[in-house]
Amino acid sequence: MKKISAVFVALVLVSCGALLLNRNVSAAADGKITGTVKLDGAAPHMKGIDMSKDPYCAKIHASDPAHMETVVVGSGGGLQNVVLYISDGLPASALTTPSTVPVFDQKGCVYSPHVLALDTTQKFEVKTSDQTTHNIHPNPNPMTGNIGWNQSQPPGAAPIEKSWKAAEFIPVQCNIHPWMHGWFAVVKGPYATTDASGNYTIENVPPGSYTVTAWQEDLGTQTQKVTVAAGGSGSANFSFKGK
Amino acid sequence: MGNKFGKWSLWVGVAAFLALPLASRAQLTVADLHKTLDLSTSDAHVGNLTGHAKDGAATYRRYCIGCHGELGDGNGENAEWLEPPLFPKPRNFQLGVFKCRSTPSGTLPLDSDLFNSIGRGFDRSTMPPWNTLTAQEKVDLVAWVKHFSPRWAGEKAGDPIKIPDEPEVTPERIKAGREVFARVQCWKCHGVTGQANGPSASTLTDDLGRPIAPFNFTEGARPKCGSTDRDIYRIFMTGLDGTPMPSYADNIKPDEGWDLVFYLRTLMAQKSVEKEMAKKLDLKPVDPNAPAGQQ
Repeated sequence: MKKISAVFVALVLVSCGALLLNRNVSAAADGKITGTVKLDGAAPHMKGIDMSKDPYCAKIHASDPAHMETVVVGSGGGLQNVVLYISDGLPASALTTPSTVPVFDQKGCVYSPHVLALDTTQKFEVKTSDQTTHNIHPNPNPMTGNIGWNQSQPPGAAPIEKSWKAAEFIPVQCNIHPWMHGWFAVVKGPYATTDASGNYTIENVPPGSYTVTAWQEDLGTQTQKVTVAAGGSGSANFSFKGK
Repeated sequence: MGNKFGKWSLWVGVAAFLALPLASRAQLTVADLHKTLDLSTSDAHVGNLTGHAKDGAATYRRYCIGCHGELGDGNGENAEWLEPPLFPKPRNFQLGVFKCRSTPSGTLPLDSDLFNSIGRGFDRSTMPPWNTLTAQEKVDLVAWVKHFSPRWAGEKAGDPIKIPDEPEVTPERIKAGREVFARVQCWKCHGVTGQANGPSASTLTDDLGRPIAPFNFTEGARPKCGSTDRDIYRIFMTGLDGTPMPSYADNIKPDEGWDLVFYLRTLMAQKSVEKEMAKKLDLKPVDPNAPAGQQ
């Protein structure tokens, strides 16, 4: 009898411990994955954009011509606009909807940001800061479950709020200004986009072992295994070979 | 029976998902398609008619398959001879994306939209008006066309946009329409005189990267999605999905929409009340360089 109750007490203790631990795990989703993404090789030449077809756009860039943003290399070879996300190992509890509504702006007849990363459950806003009509025309693969649309935004148009259904890298363009190309990088779970120096930090990562994927629109994807300790941070640096 | 099909569609869904990374533009194979052929659930309703996919198969095989293909992917044996933008390629029904809708951009069309497209045909393309088919044959064809795309399995058609009653044409409305034309910058593609020669006209492509031309109002052609006033209203409000023509529903007020329709009539080659009024008003093409609101 004594033995049985001892086992019972032990069981209760263990389950309490497990519960506590569980709680700790979700409370400790403050881990991070940080790193730098660099280009291995010389920065490719990005063509200047001739905006003379639309005098409004051309005037804005009269003294500072816009360039294509397919591969943007900063100081020390850092790659900008690379999207990093956890492609494997993420527990369902870490899949929360971010509370922010990222903004995709049409400014100076280019997209700002050029690559907008967001979660599959997250809403985003498309706005225009320009005094010229744009049409915002994302072109997903309909077989993914994401459906494309095409809406106009004349000067002063109200922002449009949208969301996507499935993880996909969706190209977006303006047909009126054919040089305007951008991306919606739709992923599941915590993500980050590299800054001008190629640095990134993925926040809200619970402890665990993960596969981190880095996506660059022209250079493709790379993956790395990363381990994050409770409340700590993992690190992964990537290097893309230039074409 | 229902269970069996449910199971099949699950497998097909899984197969389609696994095949995704392989295909940049997913194309179903014959085998895939035969698995997805759930003719029992694919039907169409137009007015008091009901169309059944299985009844549309024979008509499709006889009249449509040459261009749209056995799999509905637009790769029929005649497709390779069609050279856009002069002759648009046949529609790929697997994508479930359609130009002529009464529903908002990014939503599925109504069955009646597809029905009307079949009967109307597409001006300046090799798709003729199929006005020799009976209404029942056309509605059966709609059901058959729908079964090619998985979109209809999980998605409902969009809510049709509301079109207010058409007001009387007045010179004031025509002038107001000219302001709308200038404000939302229709001329960027269609040109200030409607001759399809705007600054962006030459670089336009459709969603599949094929060259496409904006509508030229001045050469007497019929708009692809219909030439009545309501059709024209619907075209700029819903946009033509799959093409560069966006929806203006958020940026043109319902009543202003009629002003724009009346102004567009003045650009068209066909005789109209609007054209006569514009002549009396001595309306000039909009000035792209004029400040906002000062046309």
